[in-house]
Amino acid sequence: MKILVCISKSPDTTSKIAFTDGNTKFDENGVQYIVNPYDEWYALVRALELKETLGGNVTIITVGTAGDDSVIRKALAIGADDAVRIDADPTDAYYTAAQIASYAKANGFDLVLTGKETINYNGSQVGGMIAEELDLPFVSLATKMDINGTTVTLEKEIVGGVQVVEVDLPLVVSCAKGMAEQRIPNMRGIMAARTKPLTIVPAIDVNTLTSFASYTMPAAKTACKMIDPNNMDELVALLHNEAKVI
Amino acid sequence: MSTIVYITSSNGLGKSAFEAVTYAKKLGSDVTVVSTGLADAASLAVLGEYGAGNVLIDRSVTSDDAQQITRIIASAVEKTGANTVVFSHDLIAKSIAPRLSVRLKAGLVSGATSLPITDGGFTCSVNVFSGKAFGNVNIKTDKKIISLLPNSIQPEVTGSVCSVEDYSGNAGETRIKVLSTKKPEGEIPLTEAERVVSAGRGMKAPENWGIVEDLAKVLGAATACSRPVADIGWRPHHEHVGQTGFAIRPNLYIAAGISGAIQHLAGVNGSKVIVAINTDAEAPFFKAADYGVLGDVFEVLPRLTEALKKFNATNN
Ligand SMILES: Cc1cc2nc3c(=O)[nH]c(=O)nc-3n(C[C@H](O)[C@H](O)[C@H](O)COP(=O)(O)OP(=O)(O)OC[C@H]3O[C@@H](n4cnc5c(N)ncnc54)[C@H](O)[C@@H]3O)c2cc1C
Ligand SMILES: Nc1ncnc2c1ncn2[C@@H]1O[C@H](COP(=O)(O)O)[C@@H](O)[C@H]1O
Repeated sequence: MKILVCISKSPDTTSKIAFTDGNTKFDENGVQYIVNPYDEWYALVRALELKETLGGNVTIITVGTAGDDSVIRKALAIGADDAVRIDADPTDAYYTAAQIASYAKANGFDLVLTGKETINYNGSQVGGMIAEELDLPFVSLATKMDINGTTVTLEKEIVGGVQVVEVDLPLVVSCAKGMAEQRIPNMRGIMAARTKPLTIVPAIDVNTLTSFASYTMPAAKTACKMIDPNNMDELVALLHNEAKVI
Repeated sequence: MSTIVYITSSNGLGKSAFEAVTYAKKLGSDVTVVSTGLADAASLAVLGEYGAGNVLIDRSVTSDDAQQITRIIASAVEKTGANTVVFSHDLIAKSIAPRLSVRLKAGLVSGATSLPITDGGFTCSVNVFSGKAFGNVNIKTDKKIISLLPNSIQPEVTGSVCSVEDYSGNAGETRIKVLSTKKPEGEIPLTEAERVVSAGRGMKAPENWGIVEDLAKVLGAATACSRPVADIGWRPHHEHVGQTGFAIRPNLYIAAGISGAIQHLAGVNGSKVIVAINTDAEAPFFKAADYGVLGDVFEVLPRLTEALKKFNATNN
């Protein structure tokens, strides 16, 4: 069983979000990066669990620059066997997906896992794009996954409910909450991560389809209006007359 | 200019479908709706009122297989010569739109919150960094795909019912076998709800949720919860909102006994109006809220429910 897990980085949620260069660039000054929680807690940990029961190999892949190596080492510390970094700035989702798909095609994987989404930019695009590039089925927002031979049984979120589906390997799955429990890396894992193989692969030529033209900060909230807890008629009146939401 | 809107009919046609058609109409184009599933012609024809000129429905696909639906939409794009495809950014669109983007080599804006700005480009606004900023995404390709965040625009009735045609989009075989589907009956899907009443650990125990549900009922609201409440099993997981749960942007979000941690706010700070009810004057939610009530949920929620009942009685 060869599993490829797509890992991206995201700023720690407590990071201050600011932009530079006339609001066209994210200001990375003082930003702490973590492994995108969906990629780490759900995709990677489930991949490791599957490997532990079925045998095989878990490779993590990141499209990123040298600055991302520390995030890659964090993911290796949780237990992946090896890592690949495609050496490029992941400027849009299509560019990123095309790089990963090209690597996956050349190296043959049974299962490609992504997180549900990155919390910074793309919003659930990369997984589906990899699947289309590879002409594979894509099960999105899976909350459970079991494998029996070549048959994969998955539970996934659908609008207002859950669905259970069955698909044959190979396939691409995006992973959401429920898949697995977060694992805290131990000292041994952290030490081992330092010497695990991290292969740097040059990027292929791909045209991006989109670009971020600029960023805008939301207007500052006006101060919260405090309402007397004994006077809910006043709140109702405000919601009706002022906020116009009822 | 010609635009295709994809709408799944397997969930019935809801507000988000009307929003997507209204949006496509506002792009200033001829709108063709492409649909799959089992909806009857009469309910699909209603989409004409929001601006659709025509509905093409392929009834050969009743599941949400993204690969099949991608093929159907791509075939309709070719047939109509459409240059733009619009989705409502729901769970189904999240699996189809990226595939279609690759197939058509068309740039995708995922979760657009605005109409495009077209002077010198084609730029739509999206939420980035968990809603802490907006990004303006420029689509560089001739063909464009926009996945519209629900509750970003108001549906507008501008026309009358339209024609509905059976369509065969060469869906091909499915490779995904659906074994079962579970949907709670009669509930408003959280991501579509215009009003949401949400509660957190301040409720103390799951048996206390009656007062949350009572309030939701008089408001016609969906219910939501904070993450720890879903994690300990007080409430179902599909109610969990926030960074790791659903992101929602209702018109009204009432947060009862929720502290307002940054990861919670990440999923709700797009709401138009926020009301926070908390016993702690220092609760961070008061910084993100429009209206605050410093008080005990066990007293405030029933009072608010009564006040709304009075309001409904005189206003309806
Ligand atoms: C990576 C990460 C991701 C996360 N993702 C999410 C997420 O998606 N969604 C999410 O919600 N959380 C998320 N969290 C957790 C988040 O940080 C908070 O811990 C959580 O939101 C707190 O939930 P709470 O407000 O219900 O509980 P608490 O923090 O315990 O707050 C309870 C609140 O209720 C008030 N209260 C108590 N009694 C009463 C009463 N009788 N009347 C009125 N008020 C009362 C208290 O003053 C307090 O403010 C995440 C955390 C991490 C680290
Ligand atoms: N630069 C990247 N390198 C590797 N994987 C990525 C990258 N960006 C996104 N992904 C994967 O794709 C998923 C969805 O990302 P997105 O489309 O940005 O929401 C993430 O959870 C990751 O698993």
